[in-house]
Amino acid sequence: MTDVASLWSYLATSPLIWLTTTILAYLVADGVARQLGNPPWANPVLLSVLLIAPVLWLTQTDYTTYFEGAQFVHFLLGPATVALALPLWDNRDTIRTSVAPIVLALLTGSIVAAGSAIILARAFGLPMEVLLSLAPKSTTAPVALGISEAIGGIPALTAVLVIMTGIIGAVTVTPLMNLLRITDWRARGFAVGVAAHGIGTARAFQVNPLAGAYAGIAMALNALLTSLIVPLLVRWLV
Amino acid sequence: MLHTLGLLLGCQLLGEVTARGFGLPMPGPVLGLALLVLILATMPTLAKRLRPTTTVILANLSFLFVPAGVGVIGNFEVLSADGIALLAILTLSTVLSMLAAVGTFIGVRHATESWAP
Repeated sequence: MTDVASLWSYLATSPLIWLTTTILAYLVADGVARQLGNPPWANPVLLSVLLIAPVLWLTQTDYTTYFEGAQFVHFLLGPATVALALPLWDNRDTIRTSVAPIVLALLTGSIVAAGSAIILARAFGLPMEVLLSLAPKSTTAPVALGISEAIGGIPALTAVLVIMTGIIGAVTVTPLMNLLRITDWRARGFAVGVAAHGIGTARAFQVNPLAGAYAGIAMALNALLTSLIVPLLVRWLV
Repeated sequence: MLHTLGLLLGCQLLGEVTARGFGLPMPGPVLGLALLVLILATMPTLAKRLRPTTTVILANLSFLFVPAGVGVIGNFEVLSADGIALLAILTLSTVLSMLAAVGTFIGVRHATESWAP
């Protein structure tokens, strides 16, 4: 019989174990969230990360090794973004009636997302490269990294800030909208899609399909707009 | 399922090629999304065939963010001395952005609806 150490050294370098760990952690996280009735604070992404992190720490596995397995899941973010075309298409009649709210809410949401981050970073006295890494935080990761690099930020820091923004938006959107007594699913979904990209969109789909469709629209449009306005805002506000 | 995956990946690929080929600032998958909407507009019957697989993908959208989420833990040191300030800024800025978007959306909707005959 092979000893445990050599079995582990084989498994630890194979994508299989970390792919399986990612799926199992998410199934547990999602199961717990559902059992609790999907409360805002029980975000399945956050819970999964909190389950996986100690496993990596205990087995002394670095992120590069983990990602060799997890990249198969990460890769599907691309086709999933394309798949957002379907809810958009299904809701085309509703969307046609709200073109003006969509365009103007996109503009204000996107400008406030980047502008407030820049102004707050200045108020807190953060270093310039941190401020520049923060500015594109509300847009989907590949766009944010590109913008960060182009304006002189630190892409690795931007990656962390983008994911944190997504989780913060997903956790805060429901209590915030309930507090304001906003019952329009289109408006609620659109707001979280502009402010918190794909993770916010995933939360919107969890709550209501129409909210999910509007979050998807907001996320896609904001990916286009942010790359245009962030360089301008940086020039004006910094 | 394979037809749907093939179409989704094909749209993404064309999106990537277009974005890189023309040096556009937008990501390939977003262009792929726009392309798929155009395809659906010309072939509306296609939606029915795509729905089973896309429904499964979008119902599990959160799952796809787990590897990037674990990356936050892996890169935690980049938050450095400004961690608390950054957390406060992200929370404030995200809430402000949602308030701006939701306020504008509802305000403009009311304004345009009251103008409508």
